[in-house]
Amino acid sequence: MPHHLPEVASTFAPAIDGHIALIYVVCGVWLAAAEIALFWALFRYRRGASPRAAWMPADGARQAAWVLVPAAAVLGFDLFIEWDSARVWAHVKERTPRGNVEVRMTARQFGFDFHYPGPDGRLGTTDDVASRELRVPAGRIVRLEMESADVVHAFYVPELRLKQDIVPGRRIAAWFEPTRPGRYTIACAELCGVAHSLMQAPLLVEPVEAWRRWATQTGAIR
Amino acid sequence: MGDADGGHPMSGPAPTSFWRRYVFSTDHKVIAKQYLFTGVAMAFVGGLLAYVFRSQLAWPGEPVPGWGPVGLDEYNALVTLHGMIMVFWVAMPVLVAGFGNLLIPLMVGTDDMAFPRLNMLSFWIFFLSTLLVVASFFAPGGPPGTGWTLYPPLSTSGMPGAWGVDVLVLAVALEFAAFLMGGINFLTTAINKRARGMGMWDLPLFVWEEIIASIVFMLSVGPLIAGALMLLADRHFGTGFYDPRAGGDPLLFQHLFWFFGHPEVYVLLLPALGIVAEIFCAGARKTLFGYRTIVWATIVAGLLSFIVWAHHQFVAGIDPRLAAPFSLTTILISVPFSITIFALIATLWGGSIRFSLPLAWAVAMVAEFLLGGVTGIVNGSAAADIYVHDSYFVVAHFHYTLVPIALFAPLAGFYFWFPKMTGRMLDARLGLLHLVATVVFFNVTFLPQFALGMMGMHRRIANPAAFEFLREGMPLQELSTVGVIGLLVSQAPFVVNLVWSWLRGPVAGANPWRATTLDWQCPSPPPHGNFEREVVVRRGPYVYSPPGSAEDFVPQDAPDAERAGGGAVPSPLVQPAE
Repeated sequence: MPHHLPEVASTFAPAIDGHIALIYVVCGVWLAAAEIALFWALFRYRRGASPRAAWMPADGARQAAWVLVPAAAVLGFDLFIEWDSARVWAHVKERTPRGNVEVRMTARQFGFDFHYPGPDGRLGTTDDVASRELRVPAGRIVRLEMESADVVHAFYVPELRLKQDIVPGRRIAAWFEPTRPGRYTIACAELCGVAHSLMQAPLLVEPVEAWRRWATQTGAIR
Repeated sequence: MGDADGGHPMSGPAPTSFWRRYVFSTDHKVIAKQYLFTGVAMAFVGGLLAYVFRSQLAWPGEPVPGWGPVGLDEYNALVTLHGMIMVFWVAMPVLVAGFGNLLIPLMVGTDDMAFPRLNMLSFWIFFLSTLLVVASFFAPGGPPGTGWTLYPPLSTSGMPGAWGVDVLVLAVALEFAAFLMGGINFLTTAINKRARGMGMWDLPLFVWEEIIASIVFMLSVGPLIAGALMLLADRHFGTGFYDPRAGGDPLLFQHLFWFFGHPEVYVLLLPALGIVAEIFCAGARKTLFGYRTIVWATIVAGLLSFIVWAHHQFVAGIDPRLAAPFSLTTILISVPFSITIFALIATLWGGSIRFSLPLAWAVAMVAEFLLGGVTGIVNGSAAADIYVHDSYFVVAHFHYTLVPIALFAPLAGFYFWFPKMTGRMLDARLGLLHLVATVVFFNVTFLPQFALGMMGMHRRIANPAAFEFLREGMPLQELSTVGVIGLLVSQAPFVVNLVWSWLRGPVAGANPWRATTLDWQCPSPPPHGNFEREVVVRRGPYVYSPPGSAEDFVPQDAPDAERAGGGAVPSPLVQPAE
């Protein structure tokens, strides 16, 4: 089982963890089987116990089947893992839902700037409200519109299980629904220059009422 | 050239001057040693860089003993050059060029490469590139802190005055030119200079692996050379190939880079598997299980390797609908490689295994590579990659593939073919100490990195303690760094062994492992021109313990009458070449 994973804080995090666990189990069994076969063969067929080697060129299908049948099984498990992967991927990355909260984020060397829609409820207008931290309500869908001002950066929050590169020249969307109020760290996961190591910003997940109070006070939302 | 019929000595009289014999030599064996030792020297350079940045990771801000404090820009340059050096100046020269040069002419039973002068030129261009990559660290305007992937715009507008980037790109370009020449030589030699009677299906697996690796390299490297030229043009000539403000796109470079970058790992893997196969057969006294099946599987893997590259870019901003197809091809490539690995295990199965140092190293390679292989499934799955992309889980994964490929397999090969290279045996006790210490410290170094990656540690950060979610991982950081130091120290017995055995080791004889392939049917070390008489191949490469024969091996070129057991080997086993 994958251990050391940070505690989950988004709705899709358990699906990603479950998918990783699935791979761990399938691959763990195969790994153990292959290692056991390797070391068992070394022990069982050592010179003392096996004075003469067998002749097994595996030219024909009968002998080659010893390798091809397990490989076909690998193919089957591959397809199963890929099916599960495509399902989870589509949920997280392909179908970006409309957000209850929409935030524009600009990554730059070496920080993140956030903009809320402001009184008119629309992003990209003059009344947008800037913030140095990402404050969002728990249990609501947050939609990010991300841009980079200079080089390639990434938006990464381990507890959300979300990572997305931000490429200059593109507006890239991402979404998440935080589940647990708390204070988290947004880190840049793509080498972006000298101070890449220090590039981070706070993510504050608050109960809905507390968040709404902050948002209306600052004029971040209508 | 003019020697396409093979076998006939064309290498002329042996050169007598020091310079022509040992420095500007056209002899493939000398060039092989030049590549091997340049690669080994660079491995220590790359390893020392790892020691410096791992010390910074374990004890952030503390001066590193023997180096001093590590600045942030210095840190980025250290990881950049570590990656560059280990892939292009260690793995490539040792596995592809070193062992390829040493073994291809010997294994096909000829006197030298098809183009000996081109071979020499290829090494010296490579050597120049080696000097440049070291120089890039000291270049005016700053060392290259771009990461080994050189992603723009960081590598273009992000580091305008850093000549280190230009020197590094130039070094890489020269290196590719050198290996393109090498690849042409390998292919021509294996196809045109085989000994009389030797068909393609009589080639040892190692030669097949080098052929396929050379083709994959030659077909994939072009786009990256173009990409590197456009990078230099963006840096100096005001073009905007990767600049969105000028209508370009940074993702273009990523595609060009990984279109080469991923096949490249298979270019390295294939010769490593070839080395392991040779050693397994000789060690188990058993014919290779499924020789043709492995070759076909490798060809399929080579083809697949051209359509997996975007798995490096699932979350890089490409259209998310592209993820599933690339995730599928990536995961499917495990099938042909599982065939190869299973066939290698099946080669031991039913054998009569003689334990030797090369065999132990080869087993260590497979045992450790398996973990690298299966963890690749985690990265290759688009869904799991959302979390593990650019994390230390990826770092741990590719070290569990590349260290077995570029350290364990070459060392297995080195312990195996050292007698052929020098005529002397390496000391087994020092070799065992080297093996045990290397395996232990390798795992101490990289197992913790899987855990750190799962904890959320992202790549290329100089100070994990600056991130709250990584603070509890600091003991693992220290453990991993202790592992690196141990891994470096573990190479001391190897160096001692190398020097001592070369001078004083027991004399090996032509065929100490009683192996079948042609490389063991010439004197150790082979003289200039390799074979004392013309080689005629009479059977396939791995006739070990054939039924009806008392001998447990029949060399590829042994005439039937000379066989100790007497009586002809049954025809299906002989695989007589047309």
